[in-house]
Amino acid sequence: MEEFWSRCRRLLPAAGALFLLAVFQPLAHAADSLVWAADAEGGAPYIFKDPDNPQRDIGFEVDLANALANQLGRTIEFKQYEYISLFLGLDRGDFDFAMNGLEVTSDRKGRYRFSRPYYIYKQQLVVRADEERFKTLEECKAADCVIGTLEETAAERLLDRLGVRKHRYQGQVEPYRDLQLARNVDGVLLDLPIALYHAKPNPKLKFAGEPRAKGYYAIAFSKHNESLAAEFDSALDRLLKNGELRRIYEKWQLWNDDQDELLLAQITDITSESSGPWPLARYFPLLAEAAWVTVAVTVLSFALAVVIALPIALSRMYGPAPLRWLALGHVEFFRGIPVLLLLVFLYFGLPSVSEHYALPLSLKLSAFQAAILGFGLNYSAYEAEIYRAGIGSIPRGQWEAAASLGMSSALTFRRIILPQALRTVLPPMTNDFVALFKDTSVVSVIAVVELTKEYSILAKNSGDYLGIGLATAALYLIMSVPLGYLSRYLERRWSKAIAA
Amino acid sequence: MSDQTTDGTRIELSNVSKRFGDRQVLDGVSLSVSPGETLALVGPSGGGKSTLLRCLNGLHEFDDGEIRVGRHVLQPRTKEANGAAARQVRRLLGMIFQDFQLFPHLTALQNVIEAPLHVLKLGRAVAVDRGRRLLRSVGLSDRADAYPRQLSGGQKQRVAIARALAMEPMGLLCDEITSSLDPELKNEVLGVLEKLKREGMTLLIVTHEIGFARRAADRVVVLADGKIIEEGPPQQVIDDPQTERTRLFLSRVLG
Repeated sequence: MEEFWSRCRRLLPAAGALFLLAVFQPLAHAADSLVWAADAEGGAPYIFKDPDNPQRDIGFEVDLANALANQLGRTIEFKQYEYISLFLGLDRGDFDFAMNGLEVTSDRKGRYRFSRPYYIYKQQLVVRADEERFKTLEECKAADCVIGTLEETAAERLLDRLGVRKHRYQGQVEPYRDLQLARNVDGVLLDLPIALYHAKPNPKLKFAGEPRAKGYYAIAFSKHNESLAAEFDSALDRLLKNGELRRIYEKWQLWNDDQDELLLAQITDITSESSGPWPLARYFPLLAEAAWVTVAVTVLSFALAVVIALPIALSRMYGPAPLRWLALGHVEFFRGIPVLLLLVFLYFGLPSVSEHYALPLSLKLSAFQAAILGFGLNYSAYEAEIYRAGIGSIPRGQWEAAASLGMSSALTFRRIILPQALRTVLPPMTNDFVALFKDTSVVSVIAVVELTKEYSILAKNSGDYLGIGLATAALYLIMSVPLGYLSRYLERRWSKAIAA
Repeated sequence: MSDQTTDGTRIELSNVSKRFGDRQVLDGVSLSVSPGETLALVGPSGGGKSTLLRCLNGLHEFDDGEIRVGRHVLQPRTKEANGAAARQVRRLLGMIFQDFQLFPHLTALQNVIEAPLHVLKLGRAVAVDRGRRLLRSVGLSDRADAYPRQLSGGQKQRVAIARALAMEPMGLLCDEITSSLDPELKNEVLGVLEKLKREGMTLLIVTHEIGFARRAADRVVVLADGKIIEEGPPQQVIDDPQTERTRLFLSRVLG
């Protein structure tokens, strides 16, 4: 026994070392091969899924990464990362570099190390083919039209600078989709490569005016990674001079005269405009407005859920067999699928359903309508189950007592069962209401800016994650804590009323 | 059919049988109750007393035989609550339950006037009037606005009686209505029943109160294993039982 333990003690350090090796192995691996982060979701022509073989990522940045790997003599691994979180990923050290059509801007330049520019882009305005009201952003502003764009881009900043009304998206496919459907936006302003791939081939859309507002794409590194960035600078320089970069762009039909300036382009060309810390007064109105959206979506979708849920619960409990199955199907379906999937389908998927089957009615919902319908359906499944439990909890004797007084089933339900059931379902429903209140933060995927989304936007723009985060949390708590108290109060009150 | 008027609320059970699964709860029970009669149904637990009452106003369906209440006939194997006949029978026979089954979200008065308002469609003033009069008659005029949870067991059961009476039935079916009450509360409920008897109400009372049965019943029926094993005036059945089974039952109940 003694010997056993001493052997264990001897083995322990070795086991520990093995354990550490296992845990940090991915990092050790990352040392020889570089990790490149980008967003392949709808990312043509930068990086996207090969339509012929979705296992494979293609795009001009994939070709560029391969060329860079050759120049550097190292392998480059691709890592999928949300476009709008790429800079956060750099801060966290999740990868070595980000290359994803990232625009060099004055405030980013201060916080990150950019490589020399690898592409010169311009902004292209795209409108519907039958658009006659405006041809330029200035005319658009005069006509009070709304322009869609990708958030966190130079295009968004250009719209802000010109004072054009804008609608922000997280993906580059969705704005063109909405434009074609004449929903939310009258035009789309995005980088020319995006417009070339997503709008040019679409006969329902057209380019308006010339591309404008030149800018640079560059590879972003952490400030602390100067040596790697310098290696990339010289590799890019070599690719530029040996014509390989041009070959890549020509392959993707992205080469134009602007690119001649690449040799001379320096990121120092971008002028610096100072952005000081953001005072509360500057962002609070935006947060408050977003909080209002959160409240509106919550209240309306919950009202919808509670109304749909009652007939569903009744069908499940008392309906004839087919109706009972339908109601059960409704509950299982909407309880079983993620609400995110439902929202994306209702907003982006439904219009194509009506198009595809040439339905006479348009299923084109506004983002707000889709949010309310999505959450309403999702929560109707939960509320139906709560109703069912509440109605089922009323003793059978109550039905019998009412029947013995000559009351019909319908009258008994309306006058005796439902009023009691409502008292038992109220507390769990209040709980769900509070849960929904927080769940609504996912509606940002369909371009509804609610409180959490506004926080994310403001925090990224100002860099003040803590301060604005605290203000946002305070807003949530101001709204949800009283709701929690209300729920507990009702629970106490009603449960007392029921105890016979 | 001239006998309908004279035979108003005669209750007739002919050969009624019912089984739950493979248990024969009622086994060919035939029984006749005259208007104004007070009948005590006694017997061991599980003997079929409660089932008999529940079949009588259509809360249970039965498998065989026939139940006739006045001119309304309940047929075997018909779905309980939906039968128009059952609804008619319920108008003639009110029912009181062991566990009261007052509506907890309504006050005593609201409990009493609920069915008159929504089934009989009485005007509110008329219904409230009737409700207050009935609550007074069961000695609860001061508790009209109390909720069931604020009432004692005896008070709840008296509200339940007033509620049944508000539909102006010819008879009451009482299913062990004092079983869940403390001894001192039993008497206030039994007192109400004796008063109803004097007023001519037909009463079918399932009870374990042998003393009450002897005092108030016109006839006692002993039900065991789904069969009537003995029936007759209380003096005969209780004081001089003819069957061993009844003697055994009485000795257990009377201790």
